Amino acid sequence: MSNSVLSIEDLVVEPVSGGRPVVDGISISVERGEVLALIGASGSGKTTLALTALGHLRPGLRIRRGSVTLDGTEMLRAAPQTLRSLRGRTIAYIAQSAAAAFNPRLRLDAQVTEVSRVHNTRPYKEALQAAHRLYGRLDLPNPEVVGGRFPHQVSGGQLQRFMIAMGLQESPLLLVCDEPTSALDVTTQVEVLRALKQGIADNNTAALFVSHDLAVVSQIATKIAVLRAGRVIEFGTAREILDSPREAYTRELVAASKHMTIGSAGAGHIIAPSPSHAATPLLTVEKVVAGFGKVTDGAPAVTTLSDISLKLHKGEVVGVIGESGSGKSTLARVIAGLHPAAQGKIYMDGKNLADTVERRTVSERQRIQLVFQMADTALNQKHSVGRILGRVLKFFHGTSGRAREARVAELLKMVQLPPEYANRLPSQLSGGEKQRVNLARALAAEPEILICDEITSALDTIVAESIIQLVEDLSKKLRLGIIFISHDLATVSTLAQEVTVLRHGRIVESGPTQIVLSSPKDPYTQLLVSSVPQARPGWLEEAIATRNRLRHALETDVLTPVSVSEGSRSTLAVSS
Amino acid sequence: MLSFILKRVLQTAVLLLAVSVLVFIGCQILPGDVAQVALGQFATEDNVRALRLELGLDRPAYVQYLSWLAGILQGDWGQSITTKTSVATMLSERLWNTGLLALVTTIIAVPLALILGLLMAVGAGRTWDRGASIVVLGLSATPEFLIGTLAVLLFAVQLRWLPAVAYLSPGAGISQTARALFLPVLTLVIVVTAQIARMTRAIIANLLTQPFVEMAFLKGVPTRRVVGVHALINAVGPLANVVALNIAYLVSGVVVVETIFAYPGLAGLMINAVQARDLPVVQACALIFCATYVLMILLADILAHVYDPRSTAQTAEVKV
Repeated sequence: MSNSVLSIEDLVVEPVSGGRPVVDGISISVERGEVLALIGASGSGKTTLALTALGHLRPGLRIRRGSVTLDGTEMLRAAPQTLRSLRGRTIAYIAQSAAAAFNPRLRLDAQVTEVSRVHNTRPYKEALQAAHRLYGRLDLPNPEVVGGRFPHQVSGGQLQRFMIAMGLQESPLLLVCDEPTSALDVTTQVEVLRALKQGIADNNTAALFVSHDLAVVSQIATKIAVLRAGRVIEFGTAREILDSPREAYTRELVAASKHMTIGSAGAGHIIAPSPSHAATPLLTVEKVVAGFGKVTDGAPAVTTLSDISLKLHKGEVVGVIGESGSGKSTLARVIAGLHPAAQGKIYMDGKNLADTVERRTVSERQRIQLVFQMADTALNQKHSVGRILGRVLKFFHGTSGRAREARVAELLKMVQLPPEYANRLPSQLSGGEKQRVNLARALAAEPEILICDEITSALDTIVAESIIQLVEDLSKKLRLGIIFISHDLATVSTLAQEVTVLRHGRIVESGPTQIVLSSPKDPYTQLLVSSVPQARPGWLEEAIATRNRLRHALETDVLTPVSVSEGSRSTLAVSS
Repeated sequence: MLSFILKRVLQTAVLLLAVSVLVFIGCQILPGDVAQVALGQFATEDNVRALRLELGLDRPAYVQYLSWLAGILQGDWGQSITTKTSVATMLSERLWNTGLLALVTTIIAVPLALILGLLMAVGAGRTWDRGASIVVLGLSATPEFLIGTLAVLLFAVQLRWLPAVAYLSPGAGISQTARALFLPVLTLVIVVTAQIARMTRAIIANLLTQPFVEMAFLKGVPTRRVVGVHALINAVGPLANVVALNIAYLVSGVVVVETIFAYPGLAGLMINAVQARDLPVVQACALIFCATYVLMILLADILAHVYDPRSTAQTAEVKV
């Protein structure tokens, strides 16, 4: 115990308004140089637990009992001055979204060195030099000058590394990392994970690593605590948890993390070969160019998509893969008629579609439906589920009265929800249930083409997997043509027969999923494939090696974008 | 950034031109004939016609407008119909009085309101904040005439410390001016402080819920620095707008306060001129009031722009 940097004992945190405790009697400890991962789904209390290590509680919560001791100081009863002197120096915090955690109006140098300044540890000049050394070690470009930028002027991955630098500035004993890579693209995630792993190793810092992603955790953690509903249900070394999980929930987590790797796509999962391509495709996208701003000679001021072509047949799932800023959401909007293309054509059953939704017929609109990424914003919070679905039924099919009720129940059954959910409001549903309603809303139109735009990226692993299962069932049962857009290669690989890889608005590679993903030809696809996290040891090092090898092949420096426009685009995209 | 400022200044110039047209039209459609009012009920037709000719009222409206505009641009605001003196002379004295009142009020009220608002935001939800919020909300809902009248009752009638009427004579010394200004300034400070403090509290309290503020606290940054640096720097834009609107109000909207204390300011001048159908004076006052609003908002916009690194990305990029 004497060696413990952090020790939490029998901690119970509950909402001020009463109700089930958020953290329910947890005891853990972190030794020097050890990385303890807290893994669990959203709502498992992992962030709340991690923040108590800093003596911080989010508004609306209170401590019922327990103790949190950091390097000999009882954090829950410490005076504000004591907490202040420990925070940033003895214990540092790395937040999930760097885009939100940096002050938009202050330069990065000022924010990174602020820790030294408020603790009065060294003169500004020395603090700045220390920061620049850290930038260099974290592989930030031009360490001497890059800190003069404002947060919006660097990319999402770079900003996350600045936050790691900010955390390491005063060489803390303990680093608390709250989902530090969850908001990042896979290729960026690899970069940030490497930086974090190195930062922790360099200083022999202990770390508390909060995540929902077992594959990510397995690369960095020495011990893992699995959290569920505010309790630690399983605890062990990283290897024990990964190789021989005891609890059913842990096994499910491990299975989900393995399912989500590409390697298993070919082996475990058999994807039906594409239906005959002789027939006229259900949907043809032909040489589409789209972007923003004034269109001159068919070229918009800012081009986000250029020369995009793809075909979709009945009963087929086409995956569109791309990272933030690749133009994949624009493609969805172009097909749905929400964003007119500057050039190119879209055909449905061989018939040319108008480029805006206003000029399409009702039946054309009914046949193409879009499922949005965020169910929270796509569903009207004030309408009941029954009303949300009923409106679509009335609009497209004129269904009303008893028939409508029956159809709503049928739709709910289709997305595996009980019929009584018709009376609920979206706020009374969980994230996964909301996404199911979101799907049902699109299905209510009885479409032939379904465009799914990142529908699983806001969900926990296990929930996401069940949604993907559902989409797969629906595509078979209803013989829908589905365009499945995602940044997550693993998801697409289990679902799609054909896949198209987008980068900077262009198609870099396309073809049958198994061929593209198992033997990618384009260096960027190779990079994407190697960046999908895997739970086996040594994956991170391999991914870094692949990345270094491919660096020269990728003509522009996408790995560390430095131009302002590139940077601000990625920063924006991170939050979307 | 320079191009932004240039663009906004040009826009403002166009807007001011449009305002001048509106002011002119507004005065044209005021009921009653200027010459008739000026000469009284019993003037003969011939006299009225002669005066109309003298004032140039027989010319087409657009000619009148253009000559008025050309005059203003050369600093000639025309001649008052009732006093026969130049409008510019009448304005200059009143403008100075109003300016003094607005300046003194601003110097006292703005820092007071910002500090009050910051303190309320820091203690948001606590007893101190709730108490202060009720008082401030109450004060900002209380009409100025009530505050002014109560102030007169207390300081002038009961305590007899200060004069009830704020008459400024041109040669008055500092102490006399201060005594004259005290009650109107007090009234306006209360009104303006309440407004700005409420807005400041709302803006800062909202910023304090942002993740970057939590991050700053978790870095060990002391509260006063979190509020004074991290939150305040993000509040410059909205705060500048709130302050600008209040200053514009001090210049143009203080008719009630000027009337209560018989303070010789612009608003009072305008009221008298409207009653006398003294159109040149009415037009001049209206134009000054509008211009104050437009210019204050221009200033606030430029300030907000200068303080937002996202809008000045180009300059920052050069530095890197």
